[in-house]
Amino acid sequence: MLPAWMKSFTHWPAVQNVVNDMKQLYIFIRKEFAHVLRDRKTLLILFGLPVVQILIFGFALTNEVRNAKIVIYDQAQDVASQQLISKIEASRYFDIAYAVMDRAGIEAAFKKGDIRLAVIFPQGFNNDLLHTHHAQIQVVADAADPNTATTLTSYITSIIQDYTAAQEPYQITPQIRFLYNPQLKGAPNFVPGVMSLVLMLVCVMMTAVSIVREKETGTMEVLLVSPFSPLMVIISKAIPYLLLSLINVTTILLLSTFVLKLPINGSIPLLFAESTLFIITCLTLGIFISVKTNSQQVAMLISLMGMMLPTILFSGFMFPVENMPLPLQLISNIVPSKWYYNIVKAIMIKGLGFSAIWKETLILVGITVILLFVSFKSFKIRLS
Amino acid sequence: MIETNKLSKRFGDFIATNEITFEVDKGEIFGFLGANGAGKTTAMRMLCGLSTPSSGTATIAGFDIYKQTEQIKKNIGYMSQKFSLYEDLTVTENIRFFGGIYGLSNQQLKTKSQQLIHDLGLEKEAKKLVGALPLGWKQKLSFSIAVLHEPKIVFLDEPTGGVDPITRRQFWNLIYDAADRGVTVFVTTHYMDEAEYCNRISIMVDGRIKALDTPRNLKNSFHAASMDEVFYALARGAKRSE
Repeated sequence: MLPAWMKSFTHWPAVQNVVNDMKQLYIFIRKEFAHVLRDRKTLLILFGLPVVQILIFGFALTNEVRNAKIVIYDQAQDVASQQLISKIEASRYFDIAYAVMDRAGIEAAFKKGDIRLAVIFPQGFNNDLLHTHHAQIQVVADAADPNTATTLTSYITSIIQDYTAAQEPYQITPQIRFLYNPQLKGAPNFVPGVMSLVLMLVCVMMTAVSIVREKETGTMEVLLVSPFSPLMVIISKAIPYLLLSLINVTTILLLSTFVLKLPINGSIPLLFAESTLFIITCLTLGIFISVKTNSQQVAMLISLMGMMLPTILFSGFMFPVENMPLPLQLISNIVPSKWYYNIVKAIMIKGLGFSAIWKETLILVGITVILLFVSFKSFKIRLS
Repeated sequence: MIETNKLSKRFGDFIATNEITFEVDKGEIFGFLGANGAGKTTAMRMLCGLSTPSSGTATIAGFDIYKQTEQIKKNIGYMSQKFSLYEDLTVTENIRFFGGIYGLSNQQLKTKSQQLIHDLGLEKEAKKLVGALPLGWKQKLSFSIAVLHEPKIVFLDEPTGGVDPITRRQFWNLIYDAADRGVTVFVTTHYMDEAEYCNRISIMVDGRIKALDTPRNLKNSFHAASMDEVFYALARGAKRSE
């Protein structure tokens, strides 16, 4: 109970109003938690989804290519080519399937489909290197699978560059360096991606569905007739999902740190602050959808099709946005998850501070404010 | 308690409620009758503050329907057509939630919810989820919750749809109890036997009030044996229906 001096405070009308509002808000939020916690299926989706996604992306899907089968067509057969071949062979990324004796052999090997890459040394490779300091190697990749082809050519280029750089000293150790992602792990790219996907799904869908459900069952009408203000209804719907989503963010970060061994390079408080901002953006999106729809199914469908697909397509986590045609690049700018994805990547992987991401933050704030404005406007229209 | 003067609601060209004028006194049970599409629900939504009238005036419990919606909300109770409690909360939780958003104190909530559960004989079901209760009990509970905060007026929108005659009779006993405590009851219904339970009734046809009196007087003036006949006599001329 409150001490006596505080009690005298609570007799002021203004204070009393605030106290009453807070009490009603508490009652409402408690009810929302009861809804979520009693619905086993929702709970499973809510907390299972991030774990499953992290594990699937972390262990099953990876951009890393290992032991790719390649063939070598060595026309030079000299010291330099032999050295380079043995370096390629030593790398864990390549597996030299066999040596071929002519160009027709390369073609045959590709047609059989069991090799990914061919390396061709021209005649007089060592000679060129010694006298002109310049030699060429042809690398042919099977681009039917462009992602793998790109990855493999970049591996082989590194090996070759490494070889030329370390030509003079006797010792040659292959060293491939990739900025920000030294082990070429798939994880750095997908953890921010999974975070935006999970938050998008959970926040948008759950809020939209939980508000529309009340419309469907008729309880929304009863709430609107009560003295409880519509604004408070919306706020108390959003708060439980905000808290639950922050738990999700924590789960994902713990999993990525301890299971996937991916350290968080930047500031953790900043990461949480930006995540909270993105969660609020998603919640307003959910509210917006719920204002515009009247059935749970429609709300769910819009959340899935309208939110998940753009997140996967346009955030840059599956497909690089830079390679898209200009109109699609422009569309990608209105997808909130794109900005959040970039923010998380900057903080988590590159270890950058707020000065590097203030633009993205500002855009997210802008999107949120516009959505809030539009949804409250249409919410009022619905009431009349 | 309720006073309306030429209250109307238009949706484009369609006039859902056309200049309705009536008064309801304190403690009265006022039946609001009409066929589907006659404009009952629209009228009721305006009186509850869910919808803004296009023209006309009205006061609820002395408060203006345009300017004082907040005060109106505090003084009315509402039970919607759809059964509207939370099915995934228990009986007690529903009582405490709805009481809570009407600003009852913890102490009030405690005594009132015990009283309510006792009156309805729901002691064994208090901790069960509302979804598990039979429809009749849900409706009785829903009504009791609508009057829990002791409103001056309670609006009931077709409260007894889909329940058996015995349960309906029990439901009406609850309504009489509330009226005895001084609560004004405004109820819409299709059931003509229920119309007989009301102190006064109005019958709406095509957005207008065609008749307004006690059931006995209405039967006399239409030379009818039952309310059914009165209703048919009036509704026969209706142009709109669903």
